[in-house]
Amino acid sequence: MTGKPVSGLGLFRSAGFRFGMVYALLLTLSAVALALFVWWFTAGLLDRQTASAIRADAQGLIERFDEGGIAGLVATIEDRLAANVDDDAIYLLVDQNMRRVAGNLDSWPSVVNKAGEWRQFPVRRAGARSLALVFRYELPEGFHLLVGRDVQVRVQLGNLLTDALIWAVVVVLAMATIGAIIVRGYFRRTVANVSVTAKAIAAGDFTQRVKRSGRGDEFDQLAEVINDMLDRIGRLMDGVRQVSNAIAHDLRTPITRARARLEEAARNASSPDDLHAAIERATADLDGIVAVFQALLRIAEIEAGSRRANFQRLDLVTVLEGVADLYGAVAEERGMTFIVTHPPKLEINGDPALLQQAVANLIDNALKFSPAGGTVSLSVEVRQRRTLIIVTDQGPGIPEEDRVRATDRFYRGDSARGTPGSGLGLSLVQAVAQLHAGVLRLEDAKPGLRAVLDLSSMDETEAKKNPVQDAV
Amino acid sequence: MRILVVEDDKDVAGFVVRGLKETGHVVEHAANGRDGLFMAVSENFDAIILDRMLPGGVDGLKILETLRAQKNPVPVMILSAMADVDDRVKGLKAGGDDYLTKPFAFAELLARVEALGRRGKAEAAQTKLVVEDLELDLLSRQVKRAGQKIDLQPREFRLLEYLMRHAGQVVTRTMLLEGVWDYHFDPQTNVIDVHVSRLRQKVDKPFPVALIHTVRYAGYMLRAEGPA
Repeated sequence: MTGKPVSGLGLFRSAGFRFGMVYALLLTLSAVALALFVWWFTAGLLDRQTASAIRADAQGLIERFDEGGIAGLVATIEDRLAANVDDDAIYLLVDQNMRRVAGNLDSWPSVVNKAGEWRQFPVRRAGARSLALVFRYELPEGFHLLVGRDVQVRVQLGNLLTDALIWAVVVVLAMATIGAIIVRGYFRRTVANVSVTAKAIAAGDFTQRVKRSGRGDEFDQLAEVINDMLDRIGRLMDGVRQVSNAIAHDLRTPITRARARLEEAARNASSPDDLHAAIERATADLDGIVAVFQALLRIAEIEAGSRRANFQRLDLVTVLEGVADLYGAVAEERGMTFIVTHPPKLEINGDPALLQQAVANLIDNALKFSPAGGTVSLSVEVRQRRTLIIVTDQGPGIPEEDRVRATDRFYRGDSARGTPGSGLGLSLVQAVAQLHAGVLRLEDAKPGLRAVLDLSSMDETEAKKNPVQDAV
Repeated sequence: MRILVVEDDKDVAGFVVRGLKETGHVVEHAANGRDGLFMAVSENFDAIILDRMLPGGVDGLKILETLRAQKNPVPVMILSAMADVDDRVKGLKAGGDDYLTKPFAFAELLARVEALGRRGKAEAAQTKLVVEDLELDLLSRQVKRAGQKIDLQPREFRLLEYLMRHAGQVVTRTMLLEGVWDYHFDPQTNVIDVHVSRLRQKVDKPFPVALIHTVRYAGYMLRAEGPA
């Protein structure tokens, strides 16, 4: 049960680290993508514009050469140089002996030795160093033409931009790393919060709960879910503890009785008949103990919720009629009036055997506590999508202060002392009610007790609203 | 009846075997799953009492499934400490005819085994059950005793039918609850006694000879002669 602390894990096995890394990686990738995009649309665009300007320029010159020969071309070059306000245009026209004919370069640059190629090289223009980007064209009669632009400023701008973007990416990378560390720390703190609680509980301190940050975020929701789970486990554990205490307490009496009878008989029985009688009584005591055990196990089984497997569409009226039939005879024998009221048909989802037993327990109680000549009634009503099974008696009822505890296992009210029973009947009814997403309410029938088995969230109850009344 | 008891607990097995022998049955005993399976498959029995959890690698359900896979219809009563409803359902689905949870009263076990052993014998085609002068017509749903018509409510009719089908046999309260009311739990009140006493009022009281007898510590029996 001793998990390693999160910080002790290898860095790459730490989920927090991985989360942080993913965060950093995504942030960096998007920063790089943004930089490339910016570069493409600024520096790249400038380069492309320069190239196309040079091409258009050259195209014009070549056309002029085709129209007016070498003289026309020279005139045009000179015109264009004169008209070039930015002073960034570069032209050079040489003859077959590479002698300058026109243009603003002194001599043919040695790096430009092939036609149809972009070249970039340093030049000295008007006494200043500069960069030229040129394209070489071959003209008829051995003339060579060089058209280009001074790109010094643009290259500087491009470099500046590239530097800026690289720095931006570096900064983003640094921030991403810091962010990753923060994310990892946050993650670790949150997980540590849960794992500290879990460890404390594993060590036996069940009062611990996961702390909530109060922000209502996913971690808070997780904490809430975990705390709810812990509360439920706590209640179940309390239940188990209560039951074990109760078992120890309540079974001790009959076991002691059985034991005493057997020992007494072994020592003092003077005749085989005495012995037989003692053994029979002890056996009856043991049967009683077994019955209590079985009731407890059944309640536990129902409370565990595993019995949902037997849920089916059933006619509640059929179930109730069966129970009413079983107990009607008992009521009659005791001189009580047993009134059953129900719609002709009432379909619900549920476990027929459990509903049967729950209702049987309620009626059993009602008959047990009603005075002779009293009236016990069983009715089913559908009220606003709730199915109410109501059993009313004219007995002493349960005092208000005891009602909450009446469904506790082994609880027996003052008026129940002296009557047979194990104190498990209502516990079972309540367990069945809970399994059917309902509650058991005990109310004052003035006089007597009204037990309402409220199966509230049962779906689609197609009750026909004309109750049939029949007295059994 | 020839009965096979497959049970590994020595005390429980001894208790059951002795009890069955005392009541006139021929009993074979197997103390583990392997022997149990072998005997169940190779010999003929009128009924098998089968513990669910057995040593020897073959458990009760396995034996049962093997028997049923071979289309062996021998009635099987499962005896088990597993009392959950789901366990019960599993046992019956595997082909068990009855399910009795430990601890149990011997009278209950005996009554159920005897009921199992006699089941299926010329029962299907019957339309009329007769015990002495008591007649129950399953088709017209009429009951007559000594030629005199007796009016019964539907549930009383089913109760009497159940008792008559098991005439001469002990029927326990639990068997009646399960067989007549389809109840599988133990009501705290003695509801069955009340119903039987009502039935007696109609079937026995007006006549000189009682047919429905109370069997001490066990249940009821419908039979011609007075209690032995």
